[in-house]
Amino acid sequence: MRTIGLAIGLLAAASAWAATPAEILHGFAAQGAAGFSAPRGERLFNSRHGSDWSCSTCHTENPLARGRHTITGKDIAPLAPAANAERFTDPARVEKWFRRNCKDVLGRPCSAQEKGDVLAYLMSLG
Amino acid sequence: MNHSRRRLALDLIVWTVSLLAGLALLAHEALADGHRYSADNARWKAECGSCHLAYPPQLLPAPAWRGIMAGLDKHFGTDASLDPAAAAEIGAFLERNAGRGRRANAQTLRISESAWFRHEHDEVPAAAWKRPSVTSAANCSACHRAAERGDFSERNIRIPR
Repeated sequence: MRTIGLAIGLLAAASAWAATPAEILHGFAAQGAAGFSAPRGERLFNSRHGSDWSCSTCHTENPLARGRHTITGKDIAPLAPAANAERFTDPARVEKWFRRNCKDVLGRPCSAQEKGDVLAYLMSLG
Repeated sequence: MNHSRRRLALDLIVWTVSLLAGLALLAHEALADGHRYSADNARWKAECGSCHLAYPPQLLPAPAWRGIMAGLDKHFGTDASLDPAAAAEIGAFLERNAGRGRRANAQTLRISESAWFRHEHDEVPAAAWKRPSVTSAANCSACHRAAERGDFSERNIRIPR
């Protein structure tokens, strides 16, 4: 009985922040973007946009595999949801990393369309 | 009589050697403990530990941590900015546990450029830093195998070949 209570409690706590990648994609659509394209997302992911890095510099060209931070050498867990169920389940975390990494790679924030394209690409893998 | 005296002398030697060995071991442990850091904070570990090991707060003095936290949007070439609540909590944790003593006069925000860091690593051959499994002085865990637990003691160092 106590176990069931604990399970219900944990589920309630988890549902306060948990989302699915599809729901996060839907969130980008709600910001005015539409018609997400996995091939377009893949191109964005692998291009350097005139800077030193692309997304794939650290996440590798196979987002199902583990990556490595190009400066610090730190191991990075796979980015594609099929390889890592934790990815794209916390909207605040997704926004934080797009905000930081788009600035590092593109030198500007990504649009909802670009984020959705990249997510569509990552969701198409695996 | 003569026999028992010799036995006593032998016992005395064995005890003295054991005691000295024990003391040496204790002294070694005490020194090793200088390389173990136990301060912990979940947010610090999660946020600072995303791109590199969450470096122990003791490795920089408080003014340096203030400098780090004030420039997170340009953090050694990348944007590592945090939301205000996380920044406040982590900043306070870092300052509360910041380094003192010989680590307190670091003139740099980069831990690996401080005098004590260079001194601690002066036996590491230049080529070792360049090995692909090491890549950077930022990658503590490449050699300090228990660094994730704050343990930088000699016994847990393995420099990759």
